[in-house]
Amino acid sequence: MRILVLSKSVPDLVEELALDEDNGELLHDDMTYVPSEWDDHALEEALLLKEEVGAEVTVLAVDTGDVDNMLFTALAKGADHAVKLTGDFDLATSNRKRAQAIANYLRDNTFDLVLSGVQAIDDIDGQIPAIVAGLLEWPHASVVTEVSIQGEQIHFRQEYGGGLQAEFSAQAPLVLGIQAARKPPRYASIAKVRQMMKSSTVDEIDASADTVPELEIRRFFKPVAAGHAEMIEGDPEEVADRIITILKERKLVRG
Amino acid sequence: MGSILVVTEILGGNISDTSRELLSKARELSQALSGEVVAVGFGSQAAQALAHIDADRAIAVTGQAVEQYLPLVYERSLLQALEQESPQLTMVANTTMGLDLGAGVAAGRGVPLVAYCNALTVDGDEIVAQSQVFAGKLLAEVVLPREEAVVTILPGSFPASMVEGHPTITAMEAASVPGMALIQILAPEKSDVDITRADILVSVGRGIQDPENLTLADELAEAIGGVVSCSRPVVDAGWLPKARQVGKSGQTVKPKLYLALGISGAPEHLQGMKDADLIIAANTDESASIMDVAHYGTTVDILDLMPALTERLRGE
Amino acid sequence: MQKAKPIELELAVVNGIELPGHWNRMFEPRVISEYDLSVLDQVTSIEGAESLGYCYQCGKCTAVCPVDTVGDYSPRKVFRRTQLGASLIDSPDLWLCTTCRNCLRVCPKEVNMIEIMPAVREQAVLEGKAPEELLTAFENTARYGNPLGEPPRKRADWVKAAEVPVPVMSQHKAPVDVLWFVECYPSYHPRGKDASVALARLFNALGIEFGILGTEEKCSGDSQRMAGEKGLFDMLAEHNIKMLSKYQFNQIVVTDPHAFNAFLHEYPKYGGEWPVQHYTQFLAPLIDQMNLTRPIPKKVTFHDPCYLGRHNGEYEAPRNLLKAIPELDLVEMGHCRETAYCCGGGGGGMWLDSFVRDYTSQRLSEKRVREAVEYGADILAVTCPYEVSRFEDAVKSTGNTGKLEVKDIAELLAYSAQLI
Repeated sequence: MRILVLSKSVPDLVEELALDEDNGELLHDDMTYVPSEWDDHALEEALLLKEEVGAEVTVLAVDTGDVDNMLFTALAKGADHAVKLTGDFDLATSNRKRAQAIANYLRDNTFDLVLSGVQAIDDIDGQIPAIVAGLLEWPHASVVTEVSIQGEQIHFRQEYGGGLQAEFSAQAPLVLGIQAARKPPRYASIAKVRQMMKSSTVDEIDASADTVPELEIRRFFKPVAAGHAEMIEGDPEEVADRIITILKERKLVRG
Repeated sequence: MGSILVVTEILGGNISDTSRELLSKARELSQALSGEVVAVGFGSQAAQALAHIDADRAIAVTGQAVEQYLPLVYERSLLQALEQESPQLTMVANTTMGLDLGAGVAAGRGVPLVAYCNALTVDGDEIVAQSQVFAGKLLAEVVLPREEAVVTILPGSFPASMVEGHPTITAMEAASVPGMALIQILAPEKSDVDITRADILVSVGRGIQDPENLTLADELAEAIGGVVSCSRPVVDAGWLPKARQVGKSGQTVKPKLYLALGISGAPEHLQGMKDADLIIAANTDESASIMDVAHYGTTVDILDLMPALTERLRGE
Repeated sequence: MQKAKPIELELAVVNGIELPGHWNRMFEPRVISEYDLSVLDQVTSIEGAESLGYCYQCGKCTAVCPVDTVGDYSPRKVFRRTQLGASLIDSPDLWLCTTCRNCLRVCPKEVNMIEIMPAVREQAVLEGKAPEELLTAFENTARYGNPLGEPPRKRADWVKAAEVPVPVMSQHKAPVDVLWFVECYPSYHPRGKDASVALARLFNALGIEFGILGTEEKCSGDSQRMAGEKGLFDMLAEHNIKMLSKYQFNQIVVTDPHAFNAFLHEYPKYGGEWPVQHYTQFLAPLIDQMNLTRPIPKKVTFHDPCYLGRHNGEYEAPRNLLKAIPELDLVEMGHCRETAYCCGGGGGGMWLDSFVRDYTSQRLSEKRVREAVEYGADILAVTCPYEVSRFEDAVKSTGNTGKLEVKDIAELLAYSAQLI
């Protein structure tokens, strides 16, 4: 079983998003990037499968300029290989173009199962795993929570609203968008990541840059909040007092 | 002008509320663009479910393979319909099915997709979509191509269509593709607690930091006479069971009081709780999206606030 | 089963005294013949953890271990359990030590928990066996340069509240006398920031030429090192040394005793060697210039930070500063100076609060606060950034709100000098 995990980095929402409010453009170079959290879950699910059935795990990222640390971290966690697709890519490269490059790579390299985060916070033009599958005409599913290998079949659970789930079986090759791994993503110690940086390599593969349907984005802008909460100031004790008063006024608590 | 194709979801013989929301917007767009509204539904109940919706035409995809949702077959069947219709716009709800089909058919058709769309307007002969990205922190305005595009629409973005119509219904044989099979449908986990029935929810998010801190939420819930619920990251971390999750992939709740503790308010979460009677949010970031739907907010640390509230409630 | 051989030298020389025959046995590992020592051997074969094997179970450490007073942990117990075959890596014992150094102070065999703990913990982290809350702090530190997970770009935002000039080196573009290494809690924690503001105003009032690294500063990493993330410490040390090396200054002054420890003993190993002082050491000789006029007519007791006192021998500077404040009545608690109790925040304890709570009857900070109250103190003076928040929480949780205030020495000085 050969598993490919697609990972990408996204702007870190802990920091302010950098937006040129006059012309509505994102200032990609002024933002810090972190691995997309759903991709971390996809990697974890892949590593669990590796532990269970001995799968070979390759982690892949499109070279948008900041992906090495993410790839070495994946190696430190237990991925077998790391691949970086190089070419005409940067932080502003659309998901569609990234997906096209990944699909091209998958045409030349054999994998049974492709896992990636079901979504990412910057998926304005769509979710990479489903686009990759659509381009390759491979079967795929989103919002997947549990994957297992049963003989020749890949079993997985898909989640719907209201807690309803369904279990499916499918033949390889298959693409799955992971919602959550069965266990929280593991920690890679920094010593191990640094050791990987010294002892292992990231395979750089030149990826052709096709013309893809791109969105014509007029502008990005901050939403005008319909309303904003009335802020309660003070230390926790004062805030608690005020909340209790509000609850009493509304007869939500006794008193 | 081109038509608007709406992918409907049919549950228990009826089309879903979200599908009705898509239909109302589709009708509005089609009037501005003087095009048709074409609905697509799947399964043997589709023809009946689509019989009175506000669409000009409807395609009922039938066959044993589409009786239950099966991502591969639905996608290929939808592609057949799109091949036949070449609509200017395909509208899919941003549900699990929509996440499967939206990006899949956009790639299959070689047309662009706008995800997380929450507004659509007509500007001249162009359609302009608004997409909610970066966990709701930014919106993007996107001009759709005149030829063809796909949008996945956030539930709750438009009013549901209550207009009765008489679409011409045609049947289409489902695509036949092997490779994926349904094994079983799993009902929601049985839980002793039904968060949808609680009047008061003490809802915790990532800000709880550690499963051990859930004790503080349990104590507060007990003191206030409520139930502990949570946002997705808490379930993903395995700290609370799925049955406690509020939001798109969890439960939609409408309690009298929703205490949002350490929840930043991703759009998927807001979807599930924004209609609560009273929302009080505690989050260290005053600009977090949860504050936009909350009635009261505070930035104090929830690990301090929870025991402070519990103490007062117990003292009464 | 491996059996240990009795070790009895013909003649041993200990501290210049000749000890013939069986007398010297007490200075060698006790004869153990009926245990399977493979588990102990596994631990003592880890580089840095060798000295656990020296323990001859005199129990002196148990008497002084702050954790044992609220739980069931002491170095002797760790040895004994390991000797009996219990895996330390899988035991909660591994995460209870705060590396306060009180055991090493009294240990006749120099069983060094300060080296054993980080070494064995590192192994546990590698094996994925560390408590989740600790890993979150590691991940935050690796990603954001601070364990709180606060935005790195906002590291110097506290200076706005100082309302006095706080030059950031990258913009200052001139040599300074003092490079102030602010650290994480003083940069981000609301109560930590209060002390930073106080210190900034004191520096200004004293006319000190100083600067900070601002957003170029990252956590010194010493507590992460003690908690088992040596690789993270390496990364942080290299980063901070690289940043510091860009600028000209005469000495480093730190707010945090943990950073003090790192700069004194660890950073030189990475090529970062500068004269370094804790801010109390730096300020103590300047008492006469500080214009401490406003009296603080309160009973004040001082909690010696483990990493300033026991680890690095500074007991006088903080006391001299407190005594210089008019009308301040300094009272010593029973556990003070070398025997000071521990706040529980060191060695990763800061990020193991929930974990430790399961294995202790009360927090160490709560026990310490109770002691301060017992001695009639109105104010508990501290000088380590971990302590203000830990002790303030403990004041609340022990029901002493209103009875005891917790203040950083910098806050008391700035108040007396009428700067806040």
